[in-house]
Amino acid sequence: MPTLPLIAHRRPDAVVAWRGKTPVTARQFLGDVKHLAGTLPPGRHVLNLCGDRYRFTVNLAACVVSGRVSLLPSTYTPEMVRQMRRIAPDVFCVADKDIDGVDLPGFRYPETMPPALSDPDIPEIDDAQVVAQVFTSGSTGVPLPHPKRWGNLVRNVRAEAERLGIGASHAILGTVPPQHMYGLESTVLMPLQSGAALHAAHPFYPADICAALAGLPRPRLLVTTPYHLRTILADQHTLPATDLILSATAPLSQPLAREAESRFGAPLYEIYGCTETGQLASRRPAAGAEWHALPGICLRSEGQSVWADGGHIETPTRLSDVIELIGDGKASSTFLLHGRHADLINIAGKRTSLAYLNHQLNAIPGVRDGVFLPPREDDPDCIGRLAALVVAPGLTAAALTQALRERIDPVFLPRPLLFVDALPRNATGKLPSHITQGLLDDLQSLGTSQAQEPA
Amino acid sequence: MPEANLELQNEVAGLIVSALNLDISPEDIQPAAPLYGEGLGLDSIDILEVALAVSKHYGFQLRADNADNVSIFSSLASLTRHIAAHRTK
Repeated sequence: MPTLPLIAHRRPDAVVAWRGKTPVTARQFLGDVKHLAGTLPPGRHVLNLCGDRYRFTVNLAACVVSGRVSLLPSTYTPEMVRQMRRIAPDVFCVADKDIDGVDLPGFRYPETMPPALSDPDIPEIDDAQVVAQVFTSGSTGVPLPHPKRWGNLVRNVRAEAERLGIGASHAILGTVPPQHMYGLESTVLMPLQSGAALHAAHPFYPADICAALAGLPRPRLLVTTPYHLRTILADQHTLPATDLILSATAPLSQPLAREAESRFGAPLYEIYGCTETGQLASRRPAAGAEWHALPGICLRSEGQSVWADGGHIETPTRLSDVIELIGDGKASSTFLLHGRHADLINIAGKRTSLAYLNHQLNAIPGVRDGVFLPPREDDPDCIGRLAALVVAPGLTAAALTQALRERIDPVFLPRPLLFVDALPRNATGKLPSHITQGLLDDLQSLGTSQAQEPA
Repeated sequence: MPEANLELQNEVAGLIVSALNLDISPEDIQPAAPLYGEGLGLDSIDILEVALAVSKHYGFQLRADNADNVSIFSSLASLTRHIAAHRTK
């Protein structure tokens, strides 16, 4: 059976991570992984809630070498945790601080690890081993699992590193959590598989992001989102010299991309992908709108659909986004992306679907009917919020918001939440989006206040 | 709380309402209630918006050792105390 190594770092004293100014060597990392793998409780499924990126990485690797599966749900609401327990009754969580509101058996990441004395071998992992289950929001309220095999993940991030020119000399700082696909791929697995070093921190404020970046040796890469970039550029007068910027989760406007490039003095690349396939393509928005498929990947049009195949993609996969291939043939490695699938919602890197949100809203006792409306895309660099129209005569806005908070991630809570007497469903029970959007506009222009209580 | 801080607290409440375009009046924000989660209902996107407004308005930058540790925002009163202690304008 083919195998691939846990890390690409060749020497025991190669730097795997930076904790502030302190390097963590491959020797120490492999020792930590071995120690943790030997102390984890027996369950096979793990929710990795470590906030420190180095500890997250050690725990992920400890699960990989001990044959455990990391569960990666899109959110940690009580409803989602219940779903995880149903799917995997033996699930436990590993955390490096006190976690409130996650009703699972917990394991505390050790405060101290034994010093690594010998030079351990680098573990080889089966290509076909399922190391993670990534969950997307199903339309019926049941999360859909997408198994991720070691070989596919490794080939994906090696292609990413090749495209971006990332190697053993790079240091990587992320402003995104490692628990979602983009952060997992670009701030954890890509450094492990290219021999680069990851920064353990997950800085929040712009000043912290710049300080952490300035503390890393060069060449250094910032892995971020349009939303973080906008706040950094607005808040910071001087930016640390950077060698590469990577952005994903939402399209970046060309002016923001150009400003980021000139002020950081670094090229900025965007990554495009989806849960089913992983990363598919990259582009440099300051240079052009076309996306270039990662090495080995090809896109093919068949009728109205576009399929992705090759490279790290396990089986040909139909893409749900609106894609135009460039070139004369039916297959191409360059394309334009005209929009994400209408049902998918992505706010600040958190993903869900309108169908899932509508299911959760209508499952609340007292809600007779209700619908979420997607954010308007007036300004691609600002965060848009969802709106909701609800028929719930017996509920207050506060009670409804609290019930939603139990079920959906807070970034999807509706603003505004408007109560109506009935929804304008058509004869087939459908709600055409231009009708609901028109109703929302009418209610807002009437001065109906946010979260207005029912009359 | 000294009167100057009470004045600052009202000003900060106004800053939050205007930065986030909230449809409430500044007096509706309870000084001791949590700003995020079940209190005012702000999330990390809002906190970052308010942080930008604070840095612009009061001339200093908010810092935290980790994205999970934004305790300055535990309430309007704690944010006001932090601003009073660090403002440069």
